[in-house]
Amino acid sequence: MTPSKTRFVKTSILVAVLVVSGSAGNLFFSAGMKQIGAIPDWSTATLHAVFLKVFTSLWIWLGIVSMLLFLAAFMLVLSWADFSYVLPATASMYFFIPLLGHFLLRETVTSLRWLGVGLICLGVVLVGSTPANTTKKD
Amino acid sequence: MRTAVALVILVLAGTGGDLAAAHAMKRVGEVKNFAPLAILRVLGRAFREGWMWVGIAQMALAFCSLLALLSWEAVSFVIPATALGYVTGALGGKYLLGERLTPRRWAGIGLVSAGVTLVCFG
Repeated sequence: MTPSKTRFVKTSILVAVLVVSGSAGNLFFSAGMKQIGAIPDWSTATLHAVFLKVFTSLWIWLGIVSMLLFLAAFMLVLSWADFSYVLPATASMYFFIPLLGHFLLRETVTSLRWLGVGLICLGVVLVGSTPANTTKKD
Repeated sequence: MRTAVALVILVLAGTGGDLAAAHAMKRVGEVKNFAPLAILRVLGRAFREGWMWVGIAQMALAFCSLLALLSWEAVSFVIPATALGYVTGALGGKYLLGERLTPRRWAGIGLVSAGVTLVCFG
């Protein structure tokens, strides 16, 4: 396999890991913070109470584990790929979430949202068709 | 007002953290061996880079802002607002990391930002 082909394959695999772990992490954090509720004020006592709730929440810990996996994959892919390539490529997660919601959870997905999904796909394809690394040669 | 401040911190600290981590990983060098021990060695080297810790500190700040925003606002507002990060990230990649952004990549980044906003408001 040529170096550029190898790089393409490993970039694709790590972007897939980023998309799955990032989607799961955001979902877990959102569930955790909704369970904890709004932060009413910024007094020391309130922040201490919120801190305890945050770090004893199972959802938050699931989110932290997902995000640690995301961070490791992010660090590895950035050792060779451009940041301006990796960042939009991870937006594929916005493509999968409405699709899963529509087909698995029977959620209604508006035409505006489908239009957004289409734009994201087009954007990811455009970014994906550019070289993953523009700062050094193979 | 508090939402606007937290959003600015989230976008700037989030982008700054990612850019610092990207710079640290470029200094570590391209990962070619994906055996578990080799990956751990690479991550160990990365955590000895000062830029990685600059990045982690900014990511932690962005994380606190994200949690605060999620406790105040709907996720359908917070996530599209963070789409701004795609543009600041591209600018950071170009001017701080020396990446070459072709018109095609700019077009892709613009479409992704617009698409994320539509998905979350749609």
